[in-house]
Amino acid sequence: MIELTERWVDFREFVARLAGRPGREHQTPIVPPANVAGRALMTVIAIMTFLASLTVGAVTLVSDTASQWQNDISREITVQVKPEEGLDMAATLVAIRDLALATPGIADATILDDAATARLLEPWLGEGLDLADLPVPRLVVITIDEGKPPDFFALATRLRAAVPAAELDDHRAWVSRLVTMARATVFVGVAVLTLVLVATVLTVVFATRGAMSGNRQIIEVLHFVGARSSFIAGEFERHFLRLGLVGAVAGGAVALVLFTAMGIWTTSNRATPEADQISALFGSFSIGWMGYVAVVVLIATVGGLTAFTSRLTVMRHLAAIDMLSPVER
Amino acid sequence: MIRFENVGLRYDMGPEVLRDLSFEVKRQSFQFLTGPSGAGKTSLLRMLFLALKPTRGLITVLGRDASTLARKDLPSIRRRIGVVFQDFRLLEHLTTYENVALPLRVRGKDEASYRQDVIDLIKWVGLGERLNASPVVLSGGEKQRAAIARALIDQPDILLADEPTGNVDPPLARRLLRLFLELNRTGTAVVIATHDLDLMEQVSARRLVLSDGRLDIYD
Repeated sequence: MIELTERWVDFREFVARLAGRPGREHQTPIVPPANVAGRALMTVIAIMTFLASLTVGAVTLVSDTASQWQNDISREITVQVKPEEGLDMAATLVAIRDLALATPGIADATILDDAATARLLEPWLGEGLDLADLPVPRLVVITIDEGKPPDFFALATRLRAAVPAAELDDHRAWVSRLVTMARATVFVGVAVLTLVLVATVLTVVFATRGAMSGNRQIIEVLHFVGARSSFIAGEFERHFLRLGLVGAVAGGAVALVLFTAMGIWTTSNRATPEADQISALFGSFSIGWMGYVAVVVLIATVGGLTAFTSRLTVMRHLAAIDMLSPVER
Repeated sequence: MIRFENVGLRYDMGPEVLRDLSFEVKRQSFQFLTGPSGAGKTSLLRMLFLALKPTRGLITVLGRDASTLARKDLPSIRRRIGVVFQDFRLLEHLTTYENVALPLRVRGKDEASYRQDVIDLIKWVGLGERLNASPVVLSGGEKQRAAIARALIDQPDILLADEPTGNVDPPLARRLLRLFLELNRTGTAVVIATHDLDLMEQVSARRLVLSDGRLDIYD
């Protein structure tokens, strides 16, 4: 019980330090912790982190989904046989299936039967289709052993040699389009993220300059009592690190809550048309542990960047307002 | 400890407000700096604690030519000079204790090592009851004493005080003067800028008198 009480006191001290309020034994920060400009900056950082987290989440979601699609598609290839004069379609399909099954790296090969082919064509040709009456291309679906994929080029060459009317479709065009789309999305995401981070840095630069002008008397006093520039910069850095971290945690947390809520919503509404639409596009609408880790890293980055920027600004600014100037005003 | 040779000061393109100042603040010396209002006492004090650069002449502080000092050298010199400002310059969001302890805090000392010394000094200047008060609620005289305590806490080699008795009643002014004399006896050179004649008459000390931008010295 005593241990628990001590821990609670430690925790309160920690929170007090983080919020900039002095605990009993804690010294008051030299840069005044709370003012309107500080709260405004904290809000801006929270909003920036929220937007950056959304971008990170969206990029993770899209690239995960794209790679899922890519996996699903590349797991299967199809061989299409076009009908020709005098071609025994049934025998040709069996020959192709056997040829495929004899190739190393292929797990399974099935002929798309009449019923399945009719179902595929139903939207265009209607019900009650008799495939024997129509010159319709037929398919053999080949499942690939993902761990040890076959040599697609060799397979295509052998197929064409055996059956000139056969054509191997390994969906490469689709896959490459998806990969391009995923890359473009990641690129746009990284660009947005960079813009948000640059905007954050600039905001912090202005806020630090503002804080230095507002606290100029404090800086002068610190100079006269013999503080080194690194000490003064350290005080401002601590002040802004606290603001940055609180803002970043708030913004990041809201984004994470939003992602989690969306994930739960799509899971619990799986049967509804809206959720099905989202599921069809994005799978489970979950950003996965990588997304969560990325947001946590982002929060730490924003906090660190805020502190580092303010330190750099203070060091540069201190040189300009140092006291040993010809006419100090 | 501080030597001025033909020092002159002008603001922007205006006339020289201080002309041909040549004097020395010697080790363990005690002097008053006086003169009418606007004579340039505060400007001279600012040059003494390296807040203002002269437009001509040579200032040597603790053996170093002030014109050749780099920014990084200033803190170590300022740590040996205690300054009491006319407007106190206490940090209002810190308590009296924290204000007085500030010079030690910026030197990176552990609070436990100086806590009792700070409390003792604050009690000695008569602010024992105001240890945790904000400067906002202190009277002018109390702020003055807190500012003096802050200047003295690290036992400087030189103490520069701008009108240190300007906001206190005569008995307290005498008490503060005794404090400065005591400090001087322990080895600190003291410069007190004042136009309080009563105060100066209580001590037979060197007087630096500024008038019309020039300095007359009465040993």
